[in-house]
Amino acid sequence: MTPAGGAVPTRDGALPRSLLFAAAAVSALAVVAVFAFLLWFSLPVFRGDALASLLSWRWQPLRGQFGILPMLLGSFCLASSALLLAFPLALGVCCFAHGAGPVRAARPLLAAVRFMTSVPTVVYGLVSVFLLVPLIRDAFYGSGFSWLAAALTLSVLVLPTIVLLVDAQFRQVQAEIGPSAAALGFSPVQQLLRLTLPLSRRGLAAALALGFGRAVGDTLIPLMLAGNAARVPHSLLDPLRTLTSHIALVVATDSQDLAYASLFASGLILFVVTAFVHLLLRRWRGQAA
Amino acid sequence: MERMLRLFAWGASVLVPAVLLTLLAFLLWRGVPGWSLALFFGDTPPLDAVLRGAPVFDGLWPACLGTVALVLLATAIAVPLGIASGVYQAEFASPRQRAALSFCVDLLAGIPSILMGLFGFALILLLRKTVAPAANTGLLLSAGCLALLVLPYLISTTRLALESVPHELRLAGACLGLSHGQVVGRILLPAALHGIFGGVILAVGRAAEDTAVILLTGVVANAGAPSSLFGKYEALPFHIYYLAAEYQTPAQLAQAFAAALVLLCITGGLFAVARLLRAHLETRWKTGRSQ
Repeated sequence: MTPAGGAVPTRDGALPRSLLFAAAAVSALAVVAVFAFLLWFSLPVFRGDALASLLSWRWQPLRGQFGILPMLLGSFCLASSALLLAFPLALGVCCFAHGAGPVRAARPLLAAVRFMTSVPTVVYGLVSVFLLVPLIRDAFYGSGFSWLAAALTLSVLVLPTIVLLVDAQFRQVQAEIGPSAAALGFSPVQQLLRLTLPLSRRGLAAALALGFGRAVGDTLIPLMLAGNAARVPHSLLDPLRTLTSHIALVVATDSQDLAYASLFASGLILFVVTAFVHLLLRRWRGQAA
Repeated sequence: MERMLRLFAWGASVLVPAVLLTLLAFLLWRGVPGWSLALFFGDTPPLDAVLRGAPVFDGLWPACLGTVALVLLATAIAVPLGIASGVYQAEFASPRQRAALSFCVDLLAGIPSILMGLFGFALILLLRKTVAPAANTGLLLSAGCLALLVLPYLISTTRLALESVPHELRLAGACLGLSHGQVVGRILLPAALHGIFGGVILAVGRAAEDTAVILLTGVVANAGAPSSLFGKYEALPFHIYYLAAEYQTPAQLAQAFAAALVLLCITGGLFAVARLLRAHLETRWKTGRSQ
């Protein structure tokens, strides 16, 4: 028998420990390297008046204005609006699977949600461009490429992540309290409402945080659907640009130094936000344990 | 209150599958009519393209080849690294190392994929300024960045698979006089192979569908079949994205939908296999145990 590829066993069948350690070190350093590169390349921004230019509300590279605040706001608006839709829906699906719906429907429903995690982002984007965008265009006004279109699609994208996390949490809680609650005469819905939901508060918060991380980090949905105007949106039907799609667009088009610096600064902000989300999650997990 | 909850749960649980079904139906309706050999090979005879490498101009073939090359390269980088890291974390690391490693892996898993692309892009900028002025984005760079993206999946599934091997097997190995390293190499790894393989398949699926990373690291719309490690290439997800934005004829649009269907079949199939392997892992050690 040979072990899986990667570490080659020595003659006595033991794995060379130093090789494994090296691999682990490389994996751990990868994240440090990403952070270091982002920091290093956004350094020019922190010198002199470049920072003031960056932290302004105007993105007009041809006039030398490189403000990324509209994108920062755009990312925040889009991610929170998508969550505002996806989180209650996910909660509804989990409640359905844990007592509010027929027992037999729970498995197929969760299987469908699991299948949704395997749908490529670009496929969601493509279908939305040709199904959702025309609908919005006809129902309201404008081109249809808007905050609304991106938020709706993004909520579908992050929904499975949230559902699976909340489902795991519900499962854990119900394994603990299920028999006692049933013995006390709680109906499944009562149990859900009075016990499982309140007891899952921390798990729900964790699912929300992770969903936010996912929503903020997605590039393709806003790039394909949000219209990408570097302005502050005033309504759901206005276009907006997120930090992620800003990065993709600037790499494709601009080549001025300060534009590049703004690119890495956007990346740095994204990194810090997602790192913060994960630190928060770890803390919660540590407290729970 | 209870009624409201019930009503709300029903509403959500009808809406979500309805959205999924709408998506699939729309995709099938627009995509299936485009399925033909011409979809893949355009005007070039298929056999010529496959066997003799004849250039294909308006088919999906170059994009398929690009995606395959990309995924193979990325897994070739990430799989050894990820499995070795997972084994180290589960079996050899001191508690402090384990905490540090799991922290880094968690963080890496949370990084948006576009930042991996940006990292690759920055790497090229650095190379251009220093040792290699002619450095440019290309296949190998994309594969490296994708490897970073899928690394956390591999590490955590390997760790999980090793941890779910029953303790008795370790004891049996120790009783036979094997060293810890031998127990890991000869007993635990073969026993955990199914679980690890499931992780590999998930990683392949993730690498095949990601668009944001390759967008920044060398994918282009019309490169033809990938010819060198450092050259530009085409890939299926990017092809779909590009056609959705820049299509000029209805035929091109039909091609985008057909390509989306192809991609969905690939990722869906990989996902189903990974699920099966995981189910196998979960039941495997439960049979024949006296509990």
